[in-house]
Amino acid sequence: MAVTQETPATSGPRAKTPTTATGSTRRVRRRGEATMGAAMVAPAVLLLIFFFFIPVGLCFALAFTNARLISPEPAKIIGFENFTRLFSDPLFWKSLRNTFYFAVVVVPLQSGFALLLALLVNTKIRGVNFFRTLYFVPVVTSIVVVSILWKFMYQPDGLINNLLQTATFNVVQGTDWLNNPTAAMPAIMFMSIWQAVGFHMVIWLSGLQTIPGELYEASELDGAGKWQQFRYVTWPGLKATRTFILVTITIAALSLFAQINVMTQGGPLDRTSTVVFQAVRVGYGQQETAYASTISLVFFVLVLMVSLVQRYLTRERG
Amino acid sequence: MWTHNAGNKDELAIVNQIVSDYNATNPKAKVKVQAFPQAAYNDAVTAAATAKKLPCILDIDAPIVPNWAWAGYLVPLDLPQDTVSKQLPSTLGKWQDKLYSIGYYDAALALFAHKSALDAAGLPVATVDKPWTADQFNQGLAKLKASGKYPIGFDLGTGDPTPEWWTYGYSPFLQSFGGDLIDRNAYTTASGVLNGNEALAWANWFQGLIKNKYTPAKSSSDAFADFVNGKSAMVWSGVWNATAINKVKDGVVMPPPDLGTGPKIGGGSWQWGISSGCANKSGALDYLKFSLQPKYLAQFANKLGLIPATDEAAAQAAGWGPNGPKRFYLEESKKFAVIRPPTPGYPYITTTFAKAAQDIVAGGDPKKILDQAASNIDQNLKSNNNYGA
Repeated sequence: MAVTQETPATSGPRAKTPTTATGSTRRVRRRGEATMGAAMVAPAVLLLIFFFFIPVGLCFALAFTNARLISPEPAKIIGFENFTRLFSDPLFWKSLRNTFYFAVVVVPLQSGFALLLALLVNTKIRGVNFFRTLYFVPVVTSIVVVSILWKFMYQPDGLINNLLQTATFNVVQGTDWLNNPTAAMPAIMFMSIWQAVGFHMVIWLSGLQTIPGELYEASELDGAGKWQQFRYVTWPGLKATRTFILVTITIAALSLFAQINVMTQGGPLDRTSTVVFQAVRVGYGQQETAYASTISLVFFVLVLMVSLVQRYLTRERG
Repeated sequence: MWTHNAGNKDELAIVNQIVSDYNATNPKAKVKVQAFPQAAYNDAVTAAATAKKLPCILDIDAPIVPNWAWAGYLVPLDLPQDTVSKQLPSTLGKWQDKLYSIGYYDAALALFAHKSALDAAGLPVATVDKPWTADQFNQGLAKLKASGKYPIGFDLGTGDPTPEWWTYGYSPFLQSFGGDLIDRNAYTTASGVLNGNEALAWANWFQGLIKNKYTPAKSSSDAFADFVNGKSAMVWSGVWNATAINKVKDGVVMPPPDLGTGPKIGGGSWQWGISSGCANKSGALDYLKFSLQPKYLAQFANKLGLIPATDEAAAQAAGWGPNGPKRFYLEESKKFAVIRPPTPGYPYITTTFAKAAQDIVAGGDPKKILDQAASNIDQNLKSNNNYGA
């Protein structure tokens, strides 16, 4: 562990000029550190290059060709043809609208609900670990499994409708959730929030636990109520966590795919088709690799813009 | 040799048996079986083809054969004419007049019904020679609905979301109306065929089945079980339930109604071909010839309940003889089977049509949906130079 105890090699110019002897050993050590560092990041960098940068680069290049998944003819460069086709494709606009609809509803609801849960389980009462585990269980369950189960629950004679009828004494009759054009997307949103909320609860919780307890004690002495404590101690203390959660939920929401693929296949009437789902369907099912690349490229730019705007809004104000 | 039937114990057992018989008689050439689950099979082949690592012999779902032939994955099969001519036409995978694949069996769709329901609806039992007319069928459905005896009159089996089922199962209705997935004269356009008046009539009729509550917009995952349990009066299913129907006390099997240009059912099931990268093509062909013996074909019919590919095999398979209880499917297949359009563009056509049919079921505007589907298919054809047609 000698390496980690050294001052980091990248720490700025040193105050004292070392003597020649120690200088050379330091330099040797520094070089050793650099090699060691490179060796340590190498696996991650290689994986990133092969599974991220190269595919992204390929995707950008393919977007301007007519490449197909299966074809005896070589791909040709066709310029912006795919883009003109994309912008006049009604399904793309529908998918885009659905994707943003999902994000706009899910991001605030899921993060808010996760915060609420985190506040609830951030107390020192008996059995709190039980609840923490309980809320976290859906997160460690595969989304595909969750989707299949909820697909059964959403059936006309499924659990959800039975519960609704029992709870309201048959006043509320549920619908065929996933086959009702208006209900399908909200049904998927509800399930997605249920599934992922535990993950963000844990992140909020870790943020909550970084807030020093003295601040609460001091504010209590100053006569702050629960709400004032939340407003002036907790909320400012969660600034970094907030940004992280906002960005991760937004990106996860925009890349909605598995639930759609398992539960609705984009139906009914394209009401649940999302951009990623459309790209996969076009790229694999319909073998139009180039067109799918175009969809991905445009989507990449859109997500990048959203992230940049978020970054700008949540920047440190100096 | 690759096969798709890792999930189908019975089918894999027969394939394994053929292979071990073959290997026993031909010590020089050895065939090795590698089975994949059906869902992952096409992806595996596509990936292997791009990596030029295809096995010598592989099985293929019939409608995809032209696509793979066009892509250069398959070589034409040089089988003796008398072997080929014995086969049911729908067990042969042809593209541009060349044979690329050959099947051991075919499947057939059929209308399964409770006899008592037919009596209530005033419908006679339809036969291959005397199918129902469209009017007869529609009036029967209305009467059945009015009788209130069955929650579902005619279950289409819409619970299966796989695109191929939608095309295989429901495009024959479209063809019976006189429409089609693509213009089969030249295979260069879908306009006027997929969105013509006949197709529109089909779409309205199809949507009407749901609107009139004859069938649910989404059937349960096992529509045939619902039929057996008396939840539905009739169900649209296939030969794979030929044995199960015998357990239904008043169950009858019938061809679909004649909706205009005669009853139609889908044709073409899994077939075998030889890859272009195969180092020992004559050996592979030799194996295929060996495997086409009637005794093996009969086994597929016996164990899987599928239609044997030749009359010789039918004579050896239990129940498939001239007066056998299963003969119906063979006659039906011979008379009404329409293969899905043999064009390399099929993968695009089937996903597009399946989506259109799903949108129609979901209550969308039929004309808009069909126009969009036809224009999408035309665009795909154009961007692929009509796939060499």
